[in-house]
Amino acid sequence: MAAVQDGQMELDAEKETKPEILSDGTSNLSGNTASGTLSSSPLTAAPAGGAPKMEDQQTLIAVLQFLKRNKLTDSVEILRREAGLGEDQEDSQATDGSGGGKGDVDGGDANSLLSRVSITSAAAPQSMPVKRADDQPDVSVVLSAYSQQGDPSLYQVYYSGLKNFIESVLDCHRAELSQLFYPLFVHMYLELVYNNHENEAKAFFEKFSGDQECYYQDDLRVLCGLTKKEHLKGNEVLLDFRTSRFVLRISRDSYQLLKRHLQERHNNQIWNIIQEHLYIDIFDGMPRSKSQIDSMSGSLAGEGRRELNKAKVFHGLLKEPEIEVPLDDEDDEAENEEGKPKKKKTKKDSLGSKSKKQDPNAPQQNRIPLPELKDSDKLDKIMYMKESTKRIRLGPENLPSICFYTLLNAYQGLTAVDFTDDSSLLAGGFADSTVRVWSVTPKKLRKVKSAADLNMIDKESDDVLERIMDEKTASESKILYGHSGPVYGVSFSPDRNYLLSSSEDGTVRLWSLLTFTCLVGYKGHNYPVWDTQFSPFGYYFVSGGHDRVARLWATDHYQPLRIFAGHLADVTCTCTRFHPNSNYVATGSTDRTIRLWDVLNGNCVRIFTGHKGPIHSLAFSPNGKFLASGSTDGRVLLWDIGHGLMIGELKGHTDTIYSLKFSRDGEILASGSMDNTVRLWNSMKAFDEVETDDFTATTGHIHLPDNSQELLLGTYHSKSTPVTHLHFTRRNLLLAAGAYNSQ
Amino acid sequence: MAEERRQKLCSVILPTESMKAMAESVGVGSLQEDSCLALSEEVSYRIKEIAQDALKFMHHGKRRKLTTGDIDHALKLKNVEPLYGFQSQEFIPFRFASGGGRELHFYEEKEVDLSDIINTPLPRVPLDVSLKAHWLSIDGVQPAIPENPPPVPKEQQKTDSTEPLKAVKPGQEEEGSIQTKGQGASSAEVKGKEKMRMKPRSTHELSVEQQLYYKEITEACVGSCEAKRAVCVCVCSQGPKLKEFCLALFIRCNIMNSKYTTKHLLFPLIPAVVTCIVSKQLCLRPDVDNHWALRDFAARLMAQSCKTFSTTTNNIQSRITKTFTKALLDDKTQWTTRYGCIAGLAELGHDVIKTLIIPRLSVEGARIKAVMDGPVVSNIDKIGADHVQSLLLVSTSQQHKVGTNLCRAAGIFDAPAYINVIHYSSNHFEKYSILFFFRSSFKICSIFPKIGRRDLWTEPHRND
Repeated sequence: MAAVQDGQMELDAEKETKPEILSDGTSNLSGNTASGTLSSSPLTAAPAGGAPKMEDQQTLIAVLQFLKRNKLTDSVEILRREAGLGEDQEDSQATDGSGGGKGDVDGGDANSLLSRVSITSAAAPQSMPVKRADDQPDVSVVLSAYSQQGDPSLYQVYYSGLKNFIESVLDCHRAELSQLFYPLFVHMYLELVYNNHENEAKAFFEKFSGDQECYYQDDLRVLCGLTKKEHLKGNEVLLDFRTSRFVLRISRDSYQLLKRHLQERHNNQIWNIIQEHLYIDIFDGMPRSKSQIDSMSGSLAGEGRRELNKAKVFHGLLKEPEIEVPLDDEDDEAENEEGKPKKKKTKKDSLGSKSKKQDPNAPQQNRIPLPELKDSDKLDKIMYMKESTKRIRLGPENLPSICFYTLLNAYQGLTAVDFTDDSSLLAGGFADSTVRVWSVTPKKLRKVKSAADLNMIDKESDDVLERIMDEKTASESKILYGHSGPVYGVSFSPDRNYLLSSSEDGTVRLWSLLTFTCLVGYKGHNYPVWDTQFSPFGYYFVSGGHDRVARLWATDHYQPLRIFAGHLADVTCTCTRFHPNSNYVATGSTDRTIRLWDVLNGNCVRIFTGHKGPIHSLAFSPNGKFLASGSTDGRVLLWDIGHGLMIGELKGHTDTIYSLKFSRDGEILASGSMDNTVRLWNSMKAFDEVETDDFTATTGHIHLPDNSQELLLGTYHSKSTPVTHLHFTRRNLLLAAGAYNSQ
Repeated sequence: MAEERRQKLCSVILPTESMKAMAESVGVGSLQEDSCLALSEEVSYRIKEIAQDALKFMHHGKRRKLTTGDIDHALKLKNVEPLYGFQSQEFIPFRFASGGGRELHFYEEKEVDLSDIINTPLPRVPLDVSLKAHWLSIDGVQPAIPENPPPVPKEQQKTDSTEPLKAVKPGQEEEGSIQTKGQGASSAEVKGKEKMRMKPRSTHELSVEQQLYYKEITEACVGSCEAKRAVCVCVCSQGPKLKEFCLALFIRCNIMNSKYTTKHLLFPLIPAVVTCIVSKQLCLRPDVDNHWALRDFAARLMAQSCKTFSTTTNNIQSRITKTFTKALLDDKTQWTTRYGCIAGLAELGHDVIKTLIIPRLSVEGARIKAVMDGPVVSNIDKIGADHVQSLLLVSTSQQHKVGTNLCRAAGIFDAPAYINVIHYSSNHFEKYSILFFFRSSFKICSIFPKIGRRDLWTEPHRND
């Protein structure tokens, strides 16, 4: 097997990619969280056996080497003392320097999470590194991965030789082996550039760039700008290529064919690239067809590794807390006792409902500590139950009504919208750094009275909550000032007391909707924060930004509790989403992958590839089993979280999809796009039609039915208003929002 | 195209001259060619990098247009000071000057008179952001309200109104129907389903109009205007063939009277007017009574309503045009209806005549001829054909002086030949002569020299 552990460590990216874990002892700071916050360190939580220990040491040694090289002797001393490493230990490691040491260096790099998962899952025994041009476990050496070189003039010959070979093999193998073209092309080009063969590189690019798949166009455009070694420094796309291996999935037969060919031809150059920069995931069985490959490819770093998607994901829903539905005017007193279970029963058969029984796929109730319910939360839950009994059952014959909220005169540019769960408030983030909150019900927005006035009121009175509000401040909308850059994400807390906003200025701000002031500014992302979202249970929230990581925060902590690192490009807008059970976070990225992260230990448990453009929207189905994602290529893809499979493709939009939402029962998927349309899809049918038998589950090879047109239930055009946000009310009325674009 | 291709394949680099100019502007006099090249490559690369980052901001800002703000943010991302205060109303704010072998780009800084600025009235304060809600869809059906785009996209409307023939060309239709018969069952099923889904549409859409209609009627009945009341009674008791003329007059009065908005009444009234135009029989004795005048009048009325009320939302004109064309294309259409259709279309203007009536002339001519020359014809048919012929002549004569002149001069109405003349005269003289040759219609041939060549080339007048 050609799998070599990726031993590169990117120091420039260390700040961003190193998973930092902050365990904290202050678990009871907030009254909300009697059960404490996430505090267990993921390193101890991950049952990785001896591996982490070993990895740690290797990482330390690598860091020491780096420090030494840069003459930071004091730091070396301190680190050595603190880590308890002897000088001999380090040296022996350096000198014996075989592959074993090498391969483990990756503990600290961007792939550490991946490798840890792969060790944990132990699904595929990876052979330890086979060979290496240089055996120093030294970071700086690793940086110059392209140091070895062949004759630059022969690169074209090598490449076209391989091309001829692949084009001459049997059809069934050709599709699979064609996957090699793009990564080889990129690496050969970069090698030429790295070794200062500018003219050869240009000629190489010109000759073969036309052969690449059209969905790599964007990357090729970046590549063609790179013609100098100096450019390689600090270019993100390149870092991605060099720090992570391009993953290919090839059947054993095809692989043998390739290997034999390369050995016969003594084509070492290509063989070296395959060994060093590609990760070939070999499977037994039938080679995949062109369409199967196409549906999965397109991401920046190839397909997701198969074994990574094997980890168990608890996608079930948490048990609903027992809340006594109080006797009220709606139910007769006698009926109430029977009425309650009946209500539950009617809810149970609907897809999105929370069943009374514990779902076998559900995580433990206290897998991550959740805030305790306050009285007001309970009231809200009761309201929710009442509303849900009046919910409309949607289906192909019963399409939802859509109410469109148009923001007029938004010349400054609307960048983000959110609705509260009960659909009473709407928040908009604008490019002029403001956040505006509207009340979409007749109830106006009021501030709390000033401290002096609050002293005057009678605290014992029943309507104290009403009395604290200042009638004079009542208005339909409020503006929140505080950010110093466009606001790219807004999210309401489930209890409607707080609002989060994330901005270009690198901060996430928490606003109080009682005083309409900023409470906290969370600084951590040093770059634009593209999105933020509250957990469905409140208290936690997640943010993702240009620094390629998603962070999990708790509202009462200044620093993130978890950092989810692994994406190779920005974590995009409206693309960090909590699983309905709050145990997982899904993030979409410009690297055209979707990752699912475990909140408990920070591991990446799923990687979904298949999009051909940056992902700009994500939505979980209400039952937690499925995920929908939309991207700039105008396609919506549907994923089965449990099996880690793509199960559907919905084509129809002609522009970026900025918003996706499942109806409350999960029967309809609504998608809103830049092409000024809202489309409704029959998600039930899409999910039902895919039979995930054992074979597809194990191999991951799927045949996607091309039935977008059958699944499309409706297309609704707006008048040049891109659809920024979609929201289903508790009664399944669809609310859409966007800013009218007068041009 | 070629440029686009090149851009994709190889990197575009700034010219070294700009580097030199830039260096001179900061006081570096003599820059080596090599350094210029190195600089320009580096600068080009960095500019591309920044452009790529700026694109990212554009995408996240949910826009299709890159702004200077995006570039500023991209610069900020790279820890470069953004360009403060850069603003320009123009697309390219630079001016170009050359002289003495030097080429120069510069900012144009105009002298501004302060008093002008002080004296100009303040610009209007931009409106604040506001929220407006409307129904994009009700139970899966998009209501036709001004907030929603027109039910048919603009392009389709255009093709509909310019070439309704395309949609329902007789030949195609027949072939199509034969072909689709095999699939008929399934498509009917699909249609049935669609209809089931469409059902709510008709109910709620109609109800809005009808409510308005009833409201207007009630208002008129209880209002002070006696005439209105009378007509309301007339409208309400409207048997299909009752008092159409009176009704038409009433409608015209209403449309003419700008103070009284008939907009709401439009939809319920249009069917009545259309009936006046195309009804098979409008009076008891069609052979004697002059129902043709009513048809003419109603057609004019229709055209006027179209002119006044047709919008992209209700799309009256193209709907009407469609109706007329459909009827016209049907072989079994009565002469009376045929007359109405042509009259209705003719009133809609020159473009309509040109695109819809003239291509039909040959067919209609043949039909008229068949009636005129045919052995057994009823009197009614004959009168109808006669009227249609004169109508065609009149309506097309406004359009094509050439053709009419031809006919008049020849003193005949040889429809097919005439049509072809018109048809081809505006296109190709050659074709005309060939045609003329084949036709061997001596009468036309004889008058041909009388018509100047220029006339044959004259395009139909559009604006008279």
